[in-house]
Amino acid sequence: MSQQAEHGIEAESLVRVFKGDIRAVDGIDLAVEPGEIYGFLGPNGAGKSTTVHMLTTLLPPSSGRARVAGFDVVHEGPQVRRAIGAALQEAALDPLLTGREHLRLQCALHGIPRAERRHRANELLERVGLTLAADRKVKGYSGGMKRRLDLALALAHRPTILFLDEPTTGLDVQSRSALWVEVVRLARDEGVTVFLTTQYLEEADALADRVGIIDHGRIVAEGTTDELKAQIGRPTVEAIPGDGTEAAALARILERFGERTDGSPKGVSVRLSRGVGDLAEIVRALDSEGLRVEHLQLHAPSLDDVFLAKTGRSLEGAGEEAEAEEVEAET
Amino acid sequence: MTALAAQVGHIARRSLVRTLRQPASAIPPFIFPMALLAVTAAGLDSATRLPGFPSDSFLAFFLAFPFIQGALFATMNAGTDLARDIQTGFLNRLSLTPMRGAALVTGHLAGVVTMGAVQACFYLAVGLAAGVSIASGVLGALTILGLATLIALAFGALGTFFALRTGSGESVQGLFPLLFVGLFLSSMNLPRNLIEADWFRFTATINPISYLIEGVRSLIIEGWDAQALALGFGMAGMIAVLSLTASAWALRGRLTRT
Repeated sequence: MSQQAEHGIEAESLVRVFKGDIRAVDGIDLAVEPGEIYGFLGPNGAGKSTTVHMLTTLLPPSSGRARVAGFDVVHEGPQVRRAIGAALQEAALDPLLTGREHLRLQCALHGIPRAERRHRANELLERVGLTLAADRKVKGYSGGMKRRLDLALALAHRPTILFLDEPTTGLDVQSRSALWVEVVRLARDEGVTVFLTTQYLEEADALADRVGIIDHGRIVAEGTTDELKAQIGRPTVEAIPGDGTEAAALARILERFGERTDGSPKGVSVRLSRGVGDLAEIVRALDSEGLRVEHLQLHAPSLDDVFLAKTGRSLEGAGEEAEAEEVEAET
Repeated sequence: MTALAAQVGHIARRSLVRTLRQPASAIPPFIFPMALLAVTAAGLDSATRLPGFPSDSFLAFFLAFPFIQGALFATMNAGTDLARDIQTGFLNRLSLTPMRGAALVTGHLAGVVTMGAVQACFYLAVGLAAGVSIASGVLGALTILGLATLIALAFGALGTFFALRTGSGESVQGLFPLLFVGLFLSSMNLPRNLIEADWFRFTATINPISYLIEGVRSLIIEGWDAQALALGFGMAGMIAVLSLTASAWALRGRLTRT
């Protein structure tokens, strides 16, 4: 049953400054439509979780405004909390309680009548595939089971907006896929607005209707994944010579088809001037020069390319730098 | 039932379930005070021959000690459980529900106090089984349980404050030895007027724990001593009020939700 809310998420010049003048979030503007899956992509320490904490009322903004489900996050915190569900970065569970006890406690604190609690708990346990493990203590759950329980808890009171803060970090491929399926089902079948933070490009690519890329507390790019990739435009081709001494000759040939990039440490990489159609020409040129190529690969633009283009860094590894800054700030 | 009372009930239930599922936390408050009671009563029984010693039985005199030591365990258990909730983010999960801050602290302490009351019943039962007679009678025994529960609340609130302030289980555990030293520097082993060393007598006199012990002890060995009871209940009440006020203040800092 679709119960799409009238309001999504809006933020205007949202800022959060921590001790030591650390601007974790530095003027974010957001407009997430009801029923949309919005992917908030960025490395560790970019400001994703701080943004989620502000939007879920757990942390007051230093300045700026935000409305979630039509309510102001500063002045109407209780109304916001009634409308949202959140699974934060760490699956915050009590290892000594069972899955069923977690759900009953969550339902009870949300004021769900006693008669309904059992039914709702059973329904959610079944939905996230934890019926058989429902009466086991959470300390015996795997990482994937904990994440699924976390999601079930976030859904206990039927929220219209769901915040998922890196929900698949540390999960195996199977658990990740299962969670993706459920997230898509929630948005498509139940009209739930999903605000999903992730550091995984493929997750944003697979799930999000639109993506916002955040770096150093600022949104550096926003749009559908196709729009963002189109901004980068041209694909690159990478070739590794069969004989290392032929690298210069290989570079001379490839440079005829586009400008050189530094994406290939062992070979040569160029951004194609005219797109994918050049690939056949390249193969013919290499053949006519008699160059043997060990590896030839076409790279279509990815979200990492978008990140690289917008920030000058690759998403992989950017987190380590940001984390180091964060640790320094905390100490 | 009001929403607040219901929330308190749910949090208290969880607190109890948690404690009962951690034998390493639930059992020591029953075992260690009894072991110390047995060892000390056997070793220091000759102290009853000191002129002016208020009882013929050192066991009866020392029976007040487990009630206080049990309450110290409440400090640690209350604090470490709450600190763990902060560290794991469970407090954030609770913060995202309509739960009121007051329900968190009250519910958490309700669980601690219930455990404190059960412990007190156990100490009293062991004392009676060992031959101690309660000078103030059945009503006195009930008053002992009431005072012991208030003391558990006071120390539990202290642990709660430390947990909310520091967010660290290790810090709360660091408090335990400090309180234990406080317990030994009280009138736990001897009445204050029989402590010979001036510095020790002075320390025991300014130590609030002495008055908690003496309040319980008076009901066991003397009967109804209004001054000892007023000081015992007054001191426990004061520690409880101060700790609860401090906890409420720390909770505001910890729960930054809007």
